[in-house]
Amino acid sequence: MTAVVEVEGLSKRFGKFTAVNDVSFHIEENTIYGLLGRNGAGKTTMMQLLTGQQFANSGDIRVFGESPVENAAVLGNICFIKESQSYPEDFRPRHVFASAPWFFQNWDAEFADRLVADFRLPLNRRIKKLSRGQLSAVGVIVGLASRAPLTFFDEPYLGLDAVARQIFYDRLLEDFAEHPRTVILSTHLIDEVSALLEHVLVIDEGRIIIDENADTLRGSATTISGTKSAVDAFVGRRAVLHREGLGGLTSVTVEKLDAADRTEAAAAGLELGPVSLQQLIVRKTSIPETEFGAQS
Amino acid sequence: MDDSRPIFLQIAEAIENDILAGNLAEESQVPSTNEFASFYRINPATAGKGVNLLVDDGILYKKRGIGMFVATGSQARLATKRRDQFEAEYVRPLVAEAAKLGLSQAQLVSMIQATPTTEGAME
Repeated sequence: MTAVVEVEGLSKRFGKFTAVNDVSFHIEENTIYGLLGRNGAGKTTMMQLLTGQQFANSGDIRVFGESPVENAAVLGNICFIKESQSYPEDFRPRHVFASAPWFFQNWDAEFADRLVADFRLPLNRRIKKLSRGQLSAVGVIVGLASRAPLTFFDEPYLGLDAVARQIFYDRLLEDFAEHPRTVILSTHLIDEVSALLEHVLVIDEGRIIIDENADTLRGSATTISGTKSAVDAFVGRRAVLHREGLGGLTSVTVEKLDAADRTEAAAAGLELGPVSLQQLIVRKTSIPETEFGAQS
Repeated sequence: MDDSRPIFLQIAEAIENDILAGNLAEESQVPSTNEFASFYRINPATAGKGVNLLVDDGILYKKRGIGMFVATGSQARLATKRRDQFEAEYVRPLVAEAAKLGLSQAQLVSMIQATPTTEGAME
């Protein structure tokens, strides 16, 4: 595999606030990534750094092997769809799509036309008069039809209804299969997109806390519940991601149980439950203890 | 697809189920990785991993430039594998739980016999 993006020791501060804190990671070619994390975790700053729209305080960024800052050769291969893209005054969607080929050499006008029909986007309405969802559809269409080798979608679907989001996922998968490229999708709707992702990056308080294959993460954690004494005896010195208690009953989330662990837990009368990708990320990016009733 | 287990395993199981049920006959062509990906709405790389798992097990085989086919004898091999799994996952826990409740083997057998089944499902 070839790395499209290589980041080493990257930091970005705004005054006293550190938005990205000494981060290192790679992004492989022709893979769909999820860049996930809470509000203010540093996702957008990260994408701005990778696309040369912010300057790093320290660290090294290589995109297609070069620095992206003021680098036309690199930026010509990148498409960055932002949550709130602004357009020139008096622009209409047809102007956006007519000017797109100037910036994106792989632009497929026929594909864009099909997407316009799929999203039922009015081409001649002023951008200012579009609904929030229609405005998002303009961005999604540009992001898909540009077929840029490196495409960023930063919360691309504010206001898009469930049908339109499904169209976006379906078209993304179909087109990705025919024209493989690197896609980085930043979103809060983890359950909706989790099956689309091959790799997951989770950023929390400016640091990458998970950098893992999505299928490896799925099923990597288990919830164990039962009486407090039985759960505590089983958990022992294992790392606990999350703990919930209600009276004498306790439920904990732990990582990586093998078959022997499962048999042991079942023999101790404990219930084992699955943890979805979304739950796992919530567990990893929130306060670990929730105790209802008496604190122990 | 449920989100609590690796999707590539779920894909492999779904294909196995189709072979067991006879929906995918031996020596017939199976859908391509991209077809599986768009049908199940999953990442094509993940679908490919599921298919490759079955290739490694010898359930599917590749014909260069044509596609993926079900190997001869797959159905019988899968049936044996599933029977072993059934014993480990259902029968042993069932017998263990029955013992806990103080049921004799004869009582357990008669309970199973008295349990209604779909007509013709158990011969």
